[in-house]
Amino acid sequence: MLEKLSGRVFLFCALLSVISLLLIVGFVFYKGSHPFVAEGYSFLDFIFGMDWVPSEDKFGIFPMIVASLFATMGALILGVPVGLFTAIFLAEIAPKRVAKIISPAVQLLAGIPSVLYGVFGLAIIVPFLQNNLGLVKGQSLLAVILVLAIMMLPTIVTVAETAIRAVPKMYREGSLALGASPIGTIFKVVVPAAKSGIMAAIVLGLGRAIGETMAVILVAGNSLILPTSLTDSVRPLTTNIALEMGYAFGTHQEMLFATGIVLFSFILLLNFVLAKIGSKGGK
Amino acid sequence: MRKFKDHLLRGCLWASAFLTVAVLIIIVGYIFYKGFRLIDFNFIFGDYSPVGHGGIWPMIVTTLYTIFISLIIATPIGILAAVYLQEYAKQGRLVRLIRYATESLTGIPSIIYGLFGAVFFVTTLKFGMSIIAASLTLTIIVLPVIIRTTEEALKTVPQSYREGSLALGTTKLQTLYKVILPSAMPGILSGIILSIGRIVGESAAIFLTAGTVAAMPDGIFSSARTLTVHSFLVTQESGDIELAAAVGIVLIVIILILNFLATFISKRLNKADY
Amino acid sequence: MGTTVIERKDGVRKSQMKQQSGGTKINVKDLDLFYGDKQALYKVALDIHEKEVTALIGPSGCGKSTFLRSLNRMNDLIDGVKITGDIMIDNENIYETNDVIKLRTKVGMVFQKPNLFPMSIYDNVAYGPRMQGIKSKKELNEIVEESLRGAAIWDEVKDRLKTSALGLSGGQQQRVCIARAIAMKPEIILMDEPTSALDPISTLKVEELIANMKKDYTIVIVTHNMQQAARVSDKTAFFLNGEIIEYDETNNIFSMPKDQRTEDYVTGRFG
Repeated sequence: MLEKLSGRVFLFCALLSVISLLLIVGFVFYKGSHPFVAEGYSFLDFIFGMDWVPSEDKFGIFPMIVASLFATMGALILGVPVGLFTAIFLAEIAPKRVAKIISPAVQLLAGIPSVLYGVFGLAIIVPFLQNNLGLVKGQSLLAVILVLAIMMLPTIVTVAETAIRAVPKMYREGSLALGASPIGTIFKVVVPAAKSGIMAAIVLGLGRAIGETMAVILVAGNSLILPTSLTDSVRPLTTNIALEMGYAFGTHQEMLFATGIVLFSFILLLNFVLAKIGSKGGK
Repeated sequence: MRKFKDHLLRGCLWASAFLTVAVLIIIVGYIFYKGFRLIDFNFIFGDYSPVGHGGIWPMIVTTLYTIFISLIIATPIGILAAVYLQEYAKQGRLVRLIRYATESLTGIPSIIYGLFGAVFFVTTLKFGMSIIAASLTLTIIVLPVIIRTTEEALKTVPQSYREGSLALGTTKLQTLYKVILPSAMPGILSGIILSIGRIVGESAAIFLTAGTVAAMPDGIFSSARTLTVHSFLVTQESGDIELAAAVGIVLIVIILILNFLATFISKRLNKADY
Repeated sequence: MGTTVIERKDGVRKSQMKQQSGGTKINVKDLDLFYGDKQALYKVALDIHEKEVTALIGPSGCGKSTFLRSLNRMNDLIDGVKITGDIMIDNENIYETNDVIKLRTKVGMVFQKPNLFPMSIYDNVAYGPRMQGIKSKKELNEIVEESLRGAAIWDEVKDRLKTSALGLSGGQQQRVCIARAIAMKPEIILMDEPTSALDPISTLKVEELIANMKKDYTIVIVTHNMQQAARVSDKTAFFLNGEIIEYDETNNIFSMPKDQRTEDYVTGRFG
């Protein structure tokens, strides 16, 4: 009797995560699709519209989509190679004593609140860009990219290092015995063997970058223009939501949820693409 | 030629590692350098005042509130859910669905959680911008963390413990709370500590659900500011980097202590053989 | 219950309602067992006699462990196991009762590898009785001492009862496992290759113990070790590919097997 009841309780607890997911997706999609379904707004105008002026009933998020895309890609291009190389260094090359100090320190940094990366970005990176590139305002796409790239480093390093360390020793020995150089062994044998873990590291770092909000607000500048250069002030999707949610109501608020849907789809898509790349490379 | 390439690659590896370490040291170093002058007894334990740098005691209390409430809900649910998945469920559609949902929850960015919390807990359930609304949102955020770490911990409990106990004529429930859960405890505790780190570091979701009132909360239904949100707001509103960095030091110290605790617990409990 | 005989060092012999030995304790008929689509046991039939040691031998994967684990329904733990046929213990079909707990208190089990819990020696032995609701400290103390004496390990551990059971040697751990099983006052004890993880000296000790325990318990033992079967058992059943090929007095199985395959196996020609 008690056994049966407890089994049910456990099942219910497990189902709560399904219920939560359904609630979240349901609420965000319901709210976000309302303007297009019931109020006659065009979804295409929303996605490709250049102007976001809620007071004039204009809701176009194309510049934000572009900003989010550029910021994420830029951070990936900078952060992934540096992160992976650091992970390889720690797992394969670094003297044991050095790795023993650095690895836990990097792991620790993965847990530091992301806001602090934003604070650092605003205090150091933004003025640096402003002075050295002769900008009017240092808050820019480039600043966002730098902050996000730094922020994703600890995540990528930690996860990728674990994956590389998990590669069986015999792979290395086999390759070395065939006369390959240590460096050649690392890049030809060890890294490919750790591929799925490395992909996971990239996906996690990516998730952190694309979803980051508060740190980005501090360094993005938040202008509503279509970015044409790295030094333009930008407003990615996440910051749009956070900046306006406080006072938005009615259609304006629903449009913020619609922005959320786009962000959501963005993440699903990128994960999907990366998973595809990963599985293809694996074959 | 091959030798040159090897040297080049090796150089890149060293350079990358140096860069990573340097950047991270600079960040932490900068925050400590900028903020340490503000840290004193009154700063930590004083009440907030808009003039000067103000105390941060209300933000610490708010942060503790959110940790306490979300964990008190998420921990039992998460552990029992993991028990269901590992010990009770027959592998099949339902389990796959639950696993899929848990994984998906991990991937949702916190701003989306914030949106959901703002419309569901704040508006629909009429909690208003409040500690409770933020805590419930955080509960959903940390639930997958607790489920996953508990599942991992349960996986490490040898099957022979289960068989040994059941063969002695005990019920599944007795076996669970006398043998399985105690053996899995170090892993579960590390998961809980990990969750605390996540809660402390969270900002976007709290920003949209707890609001930004900089005062000692009257209770769980009042709007308030956590440490991270405070650090964000003083930077954004007044550009007070010094204050933001000082709050940052407090945050980093908290994370340090939590990490230390997690390692200590898992080491200590693993070494002692019971 | 009521067949327990507890021997104490001081010579006091408590004997409760001793039943005559030799009657049929376990009666198995037409037992088929499937793991999903795969059949693991075919029409197994076996009478196991009370207060005797019955050995189950046969090559790996022949179904002997599977059979053993169906006697206390440990196979229930595995998804997709289906069983047809009858297993009667004391004329009660164990698959018809819902009370698996009661069955498992009556039919104890010792596993291949010692599987003590990460608790003290005392807590390990007292685990089962506590779960049955025995709380009295005095009663528990008695049970623990009696059980450890019954498993011939009392003298080795009496001074360290409160220390971790995992600090003992493998052989000692296995005997504490036997004590833990005895503490439930079972009538039948199933042993699944109990010495396969032990060194020769520990093995010998456990074998002596089994021979001694025979007077109080019905013992069914799975073993890979032919000499062990010959040394400790009264009857032996030879399993091959999920069937019982031959079941007889141990002496007969080893000296004049009726089936060629049994002979091949016991003389070491395959396995």
